[in-house]
Amino acid sequence: MTENNTNDNNEAGEPERVVGTPKADEPVVSDATAAPEAGEHAGPYAASETHARPEETQRRGEKIASVWFVLAFLGGLGFLVSYFLFPPDAIGAPQIAQYSNMLLGGSLTLSMFGIGAGMTAWARQVMPHYEVHSPYDELPSSEKEKGSFSDFFMRGADESGFTKRPLMRRTLILAMVPLGLAPIVLLRDTGPLPGGQLKHTTWEPGRRMVVEGTDRAIRAEDFENDPNAMISALPATEHGHHLSLNEQAKTVILLIKIPEGDWQERMKEEVEGTDGATRLNWTHNGIVAYSKICTHVGCPAALYESTTHRILCPCHQSTFDAANAAEVVFGPAHRALPQLPISVDDEGYLIATGDFTAPPGPTFWDYAKD
Amino acid sequence: MSKTTQAPKALRGVGNFIDDRFHLAKTGEKNLRKVFPNHWSFMLGEIALYSFIILLLTGVFLTLWFKPSMMEIVYDGSYERLQGVMMSEAYASTLHITFDVRGGLLIRQIHHWAALIFVAALVVHALRVFFTGAFRKPREINWLIGVAIFALAMVEGLFGYSLPDDLPSGMGVRILQGVMLALPLVGPYVSMFLFGGEFPGEDIISRLYMLHILLIPALLLGLIVAHFMILWHQKHTQYPGTGRTDKTVVGTPMFPAFAVKAGGFFFFTFAVIAGLSAFVQINPIHLFGPFTPTSITSGLQPDWYMGFMEGSLRIFPNWFDLTIFGYALPTAVLVPGLVVPGLIFGGLAAWPFIEQWITGDKRAHNVADRPRNAPVRTGVGAAGVTFYGVLWLAGSNDIISETFSIELYVSTYIFRVLAIVGPILAFFIAKRVCLGLQRRDREMLEHGYESGTIQQLPSGEFIEVHKPNSDGMVDILESKPTITSTALADDADTDDKGVENPEARKGSGKLRRALARWYTKDNVSFDDVEAHSGHHLHHSSHEEEKEAAH
Repeated sequence: MTENNTNDNNEAGEPERVVGTPKADEPVVSDATAAPEAGEHAGPYAASETHARPEETQRRGEKIASVWFVLAFLGGLGFLVSYFLFPPDAIGAPQIAQYSNMLLGGSLTLSMFGIGAGMTAWARQVMPHYEVHSPYDELPSSEKEKGSFSDFFMRGADESGFTKRPLMRRTLILAMVPLGLAPIVLLRDTGPLPGGQLKHTTWEPGRRMVVEGTDRAIRAEDFENDPNAMISALPATEHGHHLSLNEQAKTVILLIKIPEGDWQERMKEEVEGTDGATRLNWTHNGIVAYSKICTHVGCPAALYESTTHRILCPCHQSTFDAANAAEVVFGPAHRALPQLPISVDDEGYLIATGDFTAPPGPTFWDYAKD
Repeated sequence: MSKTTQAPKALRGVGNFIDDRFHLAKTGEKNLRKVFPNHWSFMLGEIALYSFIILLLTGVFLTLWFKPSMMEIVYDGSYERLQGVMMSEAYASTLHITFDVRGGLLIRQIHHWAALIFVAALVVHALRVFFTGAFRKPREINWLIGVAIFALAMVEGLFGYSLPDDLPSGMGVRILQGVMLALPLVGPYVSMFLFGGEFPGEDIISRLYMLHILLIPALLLGLIVAHFMILWHQKHTQYPGTGRTDKTVVGTPMFPAFAVKAGGFFFFTFAVIAGLSAFVQINPIHLFGPFTPTSITSGLQPDWYMGFMEGSLRIFPNWFDLTIFGYALPTAVLVPGLVVPGLIFGGLAAWPFIEQWITGDKRAHNVADRPRNAPVRTGVGAAGVTFYGVLWLAGSNDIISETFSIELYVSTYIFRVLAIVGPILAFFIAKRVCLGLQRRDREMLEHGYESGTIQQLPSGEFIEVHKPNSDGMVDILESKPTITSTALADDADTDDKGVENPEARKGSGKLRRALARWYTKDNVSFDDVEAHSGHHLHHSSHEEEKEAAH
């Protein structure tokens, strides 16, 4: 509602035009037809509240509305034609599906728009402009009504005994309590208790790993050619066996080759609870394995920048340092990516030598507890 | 124009049939005579309502083919590029709707566009109600229902987005599960129960399906009907103007005019949504591929209404993460996941009552405020919008940093600062703009409006000719209420017998007085201003005659 427009509002009867505002339409109010003779008014609302349009405007409005309705009819016909224009087996091709979509949608749009525009022309040019006054209801009831209600209600409550007989009232409330809990209890079997499930995966000593999306087992020498290689991997399965999404979500790892001199502090520190083992002991020939699932809210931390050894999760940009035990260097993640201890078997294939160092995936309340 | 008092016989028959059974003649007439004030901003809620109707219609159509199942199958439908790929039945059936059902793609896109527009329209509608104070007594309950609709609509949209089980939609579910897991104590249980085991399990799609097509729509429908019935019963607010008071509403009656206008507007809304669906691709799930928990693409964006959640997850740092006796409290997940939406929805729900407590205003209001006439409220609203907007933008910080060549981490820091500084700045700027507009209103009331005509006086002086405002304009300008608070009245702390109110000395009394001062102190007074009393008025002779006639 800009000032100028308001000031130029023709309904307010101000013919003056302010520079830069649209020209006032022809007057909405037509004295000639609005109230021919007092008392002879045909409309449902008072003549003073009914600003009928001049007959000429009405006739033009009727024509405009009819043109729109005819267009809408054609649009609707077009919709039906478009539907049968493409046989069901043709729309399997994305290009054809798109043409079909445009024709169906375009004709539907025309049809809807036509009806809308026609109705608008009808309301704005054929029907009178109404300015009907109507009272807002006084919402609070009168004191008398309120008093009467309250009196009635309390008499009823007293007579029923609900207020006067506390034993009955209280036992009824007591009776409701277990029923109130029942729906919640019934939800118990929606899923198993967490137990230790979230903390352990199917990685076990000796398990080989395959390139994600293939059956190709990974050898340590696959990393020979590229000193900064990164491979996304899953545990190997017996041939033909399909790894469930649940398993994939927990076991997926990033195998990263780190050049000899780039290891940082945390890799060389002794790990708590081991006899002098360091995280470097869990790597093989410069190859380190981390869980690919971000410890923030569980997106795959799939981006790897080899020059800085940074692993980045594209969802919320938690960043982990692959050369430093995957510690968080930026972003909202709570903790480092768990490391998977690895080695090679007799045939030179990379294998796990145990489960992750910590539960993989989003951080939860008791992840650090056994 | 012939005078009709008798309905055609057929219609009369139907009318009598119904009235004999329901006694509706009087109620029917009263309701058809209901008056709806005119203003473009009253159409925002209509857009939301109509989009909801479109969602119901198209949603029913989609259920005819959609299979809410996570069973892994090999796709053999007619979309060649994914033939032979393992995917869930949910994803395969969505591909079926897209490539094997004629009109399926269109209806899917209409459903998605209508959802985006539904939430957008209801948000803008809520802002209109907020900034014009239309939530004030007697409409607080309807405001609360509106806030509940907003929150439910978001959840409903998120669940619907998750159903096709394509890569981004599954990632949305994963993020939801990650946030759930972070809940102290109950997190792992909630997640296990909702998913029927570990992520992703085999149940989540069918459960989200039930929530998306049955439970939440039923709640939404119930709330929307209640919202509408309350509106109908209390009648619409109106903007200030000639003859419009807290006692009288002026506008278009339901029958015949408003019904036709609103009907036409429904078709316009549908036309816009259909047009977008025809020509603007949305959520092309066939390009994303089926969900796997191990893959992702960069630049993933949720539907717009989830953007502020995504943004707060991105920018809230892990600096406050706690470990208590070995138990983890990842505040970097909990604050964005619970506190931020709690602040936004809780703040929205609480505001009418906070404002009422500050001002002590217990009157019923049917005339809406012009936002400038409630500068503090407008400032608070602007701060809220800015906070939400910054978080929303932060939800695409990766795309912003790439587009504008800003370093990714720098963009995070910028958004962290903006999320705090932005709302504060917005408050002061909005409030100052309001006060400036109030001053302009006062000047216009006193001197008339600037005509744009420059006149040279005989003395050589140039003046700009001011012209008198229309009567309607004067009524609007004079409608400005004086903002007061009962907490600041002279006798606020004593009752009518002069006894001091014990509340006044308590902390809450002091807080209320402080807030009341903050709420009322800046205001341009319109006292002693009489319309057109200023000396800048130079009437044309025609108007002078009119003036003289008065």
